[in-house]
Amino acid sequence: MRSSDVVIVGAGIVGAAVARRLVLGGFRVTVLDRGASAGGTSSSGEGNILVSDKGPGAELDLAVLSGRRWTELAAGLRAELGSGFPDLEFEAKGGLVVATTAAGADALLAFASTQRGAGVDARPVTAAEAAELEPDLTPQVAAAVLYPGDAQVQPAVATEALLASARRHGAQVRQGVTVRGGIVSKGRLVGVDTSAGPVHAEHTVVAAGPWSAEVAASLGVRLPVLPRRGTVLVTARMPRRIRHKVYDADYVGAVESAAAALQTSSVVESTAAGTVLIGSSRERRGFDGRIEAAVVGELAGKAMLLFPFLAGVPVMRAYGGFRPYVPDHLPVIGPDPRLPGLWHATGHEGAGIGLAPGTADLIGALMAGEEPEIPAAPYAVTRPSLKEETTG
Amino acid sequence: MRSVDVLVIGAGPAGLAAAHAARRAGARVVLLDASAVVGGQFWRHPPAGSSAADSLALQHKWDGFTALRAALTEDPGCEVVTGAQVWAVDRRDAGPPVVHALVGPADGGDRRRRVFEPRALVLATGAHERTLPFPGWDLPGVCTAGAAQAMAKGEGVAVGRRVLVAGTGPFLLPVAAGLIHVGATVAGVVEASSRRRIARGWLPRPHRMRPKDLLAKSAELGGYVRTLAAHRVPYRTGAAVVAAHGEDRVTAVTVARITEDWTPVPGTGRRVEVDAVCVGHGFVPRTELAISAGCALAADGSVRVDDGQRTSVPGVYAAGEITGIGGADLALAEGAAAGRAAAGAAGQTAVGGAVSTAEVARHRAFAARMHRAHGIRPGWTSWVGDSTVVCRCEEVTAGQVRAALAETGTCGLRSLKLSSRVGLGMCQGRTCGRNVEDLLPGPLLDAGRMANRPIAVPVRLGEIATTPTE
Repeated sequence: MRSSDVVIVGAGIVGAAVARRLVLGGFRVTVLDRGASAGGTSSSGEGNILVSDKGPGAELDLAVLSGRRWTELAAGLRAELGSGFPDLEFEAKGGLVVATTAAGADALLAFASTQRGAGVDARPVTAAEAAELEPDLTPQVAAAVLYPGDAQVQPAVATEALLASARRHGAQVRQGVTVRGGIVSKGRLVGVDTSAGPVHAEHTVVAAGPWSAEVAASLGVRLPVLPRRGTVLVTARMPRRIRHKVYDADYVGAVESAAAALQTSSVVESTAAGTVLIGSSRERRGFDGRIEAAVVGELAGKAMLLFPFLAGVPVMRAYGGFRPYVPDHLPVIGPDPRLPGLWHATGHEGAGIGLAPGTADLIGALMAGEEPEIPAAPYAVTRPSLKEETTG
Repeated sequence: MRSVDVLVIGAGPAGLAAAHAARRAGARVVLLDASAVVGGQFWRHPPAGSSAADSLALQHKWDGFTALRAALTEDPGCEVVTGAQVWAVDRRDAGPPVVHALVGPADGGDRRRRVFEPRALVLATGAHERTLPFPGWDLPGVCTAGAAQAMAKGEGVAVGRRVLVAGTGPFLLPVAAGLIHVGATVAGVVEASSRRRIARGWLPRPHRMRPKDLLAKSAELGGYVRTLAAHRVPYRTGAAVVAAHGEDRVTAVTVARITEDWTPVPGTGRRVEVDAVCVGHGFVPRTELAISAGCALAADGSVRVDDGQRTSVPGVYAAGEITGIGGADLALAEGAAAGRAAAGAAGQTAVGGAVSTAEVARHRAFAARMHRAHGIRPGWTSWVGDSTVVCRCEEVTAGQVRAALAETGTCGLRSLKLSSRVGLGMCQGRTCGRNVEDLLPGPLLDAGRMANRPIAVPVRLGEIATTPTE
C-alpha cells in the first residue's frame, strides 16, 4: 500500500505529461500502466504536433497552447535529461497541406482563412512555391497552404522523456499494474484497487487513451471514449526528400468526420532516422488490430498521388494502433463531478502527442485551484455535447 | 481473387509433402515459394541451365525430392508458383485468411499481384537462422552458416578460401562439408556445446530411438565426419568464436573455451587466421504470416499445432520448422499430415495412409534430443561488449540498447525499439530480435513482439498501391 496525492492511470504521452506537470507543481504522483510505458497509442502514431488540421475552437486553442509548450519542453527536457537520453527528434518543420483538385482547393483556402482569423499562421503558397518547398511534390497542385507552426516529435521517446523527468522529481512509475476498481469512501474516490494491491490517492486521473472507457467503467462512471483504428506505413531509409509534414487536403475532413467506415488520406513525412512515414487511415472497428492489405494499398496509392517517386520506394513495416475517439471530437479534461476525486485527461483522438502539454497545464492549474491559461469548460466531461453518453 | 482448395506457402520439404498429400486426397492445390526453384533451404540447388558447379554431392534424400517435384510439376491439379513473395495475409472472421502475393523477380519492376482465397491454408514457411553476435561479427567475411551453405549448394561458390565454421548444432557439419566440396579450406569446426552435454542430450534411452532412424542419422552425420577427417579439419567442442578481427574484412578470429553455460573461460582465447567465418546457432521459426493469420504461438515462439497439424485458426495448418525446429524428416512427416488434413478441411475425403502422427511424434522426440544437446545457453551474453553491434541494419550496439533501457526505464520492447532503433531496419528484427531480448536484464512486458510483421517482406509502394476511389 502506498499513498499518493495523485494516481495517474496510463503511462502514455498524456499520463506522462500530466505526471511531470503535477510533480513539478508539488504533488506526490504515482503513474500506473497495465502494460509497458509508451506501449499503446503513444507509440503507434507519427508524433504529430499540429495546428493545421484544426478549425477555430477549443481544440485549436489547446493546440496553440500546447505547440508553444512543446518548443519549451523539447529544449527543457534535453537540458534536464542530458545527451545520454535518446533524442526526442523534435523538429519544428512546418506542415504543407496540398489540394490536388479545384474543389479541394476552394475548401482548403476557405478553411485556412478561418484559421488565420483565429491567429494561426496559415500561408497560402503558389504551385511554384510549393515545388520549391517540396521539390518531389506532384505537379498537380491546385492549392497549398504552409503552416509553420506544425512540428514533429518521436512520440515514444517524448513519452519516456516526460516520464523520466517526472521520475527525477519524485514520481513513481509502475508498469504491469492493472487497475481493477476504485476505492470509494464517503462518496469520494480515494484511490484504486490494482493487481498489485490498493493505491490510495486524493485524486485519480484517467489517462488511458482508448482504454479510458474501460478504466472509467471499473471506477463506476460512463465515459464515451472509443477506439478509432489507424495504420501507418514505414519505408526503408533513404536520403531525405520530404522536408515538411505534407498532407492532402482530405486529411482535415477525415479528422473531423465521425464515420465508422474506413477513410484514408495522405500524411507523408520523413523522420530523423531517414524513413518516410505514410498515414493515415481512420476506422472504427473496436479493438480489432489486424492490418489489412486493402488499407495498406489505399495508403500507398494516396501517398503516391502527393509524391510520385514513392512508387519505387520499399515499404518495410506497417503498424497500427487505436486513437481515443470522443463523439464530439474534443478531449475530456478535468474533474468528474459525478465522482469527486476522479479526473480525466483522455480522448485526444489522433492529437494526443500534440495536445499533451496543454492538457497537463489544464489539469495542473485546476488541481492546484488556479486559473488555467485557457478556459477549461469546453473540455469538461459535463459539457452538453456529451450529455447523452455520460448520463444514465 | 482466386479461390483454391488448398494453398501451401513454402516449397521446402514440409510444403512439398503437404502439396503432394493434398493432391493425393483429391484437392486442387496451389504451391507458392519465394525462390526461383522449389526445394527450400534443405534442397537448395542451382536453377536449371545454370553454369554453377554440380552440387548434387551435397544433397540428401535427393531422389525423394525429385520424385515429389515431378509429381507436383507434372500434375495439372497443382499449380506451382515460384518467385512468389507473400507480403500480407488478411485474417478473416471465419476460416483461413486471404493471401496476397507478388510474383516475379524481386528486383524486377513488374511483379504480378495475385490474391488467393483458400478453403484451407498450409503454412510451411520454414525458419531463418539464429546468429549470436560477438565483437566483429559485422565485418565483411563473417556470414551465417546458412548463407555459406546456400552459396555452396545454389551457386557452387565458397565464401572464402580459409574458413572457420562455428556455432552449435549438427547443421555445422554439412556446412563444413559443403565448403570443402566447393574448394575451401576449413580451418576448423567449433561447436559451443561441450562433449558432455552433447552426450547427455543425444544419448539417454537410446533404445527409444528406432534402429533405422539411428542408423540413418548416424550414416548422414558419419558421412560428414569422414569428410572432415579426410581433410584433417579439427572439430572442437565447448568453444566459441568470441571475436572477429580485421580492418576491411575479417582476417582472424579468437576462439575461446566456454563453460557449460557458454561463458568464455578467461585466458583460453586463441587466434585463428581466416578470411571468412560462418556462424550458426540454430534456427528461428518464420512465423510472421502465421501471426498475421491469427495463429497462436507456443512459449518458444513456434506455431502451436495439434496432432493433425491444425493451428488455432480454423482451416489453417502448419508444418515443418515453423512448428518447432526439427529437421527435414520431421518436416516431411508433418507436411504429409498437414496436406491430408487440409484437403479434408477443403471438402476432400482423405485417402491413402492413416495420418502419421506416430511418425511425427518419433521425429519430434529426435528433435528434442537435438535441443537438449545444442540449445543456446545464457552465458553467451558475456562475450558481447558494450561496443558490439547487435542490430546490424541500424548499427545499434549492445551498450546503446542497455543505455536506452536504463535511461527510459521502460519494460516494453516497443518503446525500447523506438528509443534505441534496435530491430527497426530492413530485416525487421529477424536477426536481432531474440538476441536483444536475451541481452536485457529483466523480463519484458511485451516479449516476442518483434515477430509481428504485418508486411512480411519489403514491397515497393507502387507494387501494392490501389487507385484511390472517391
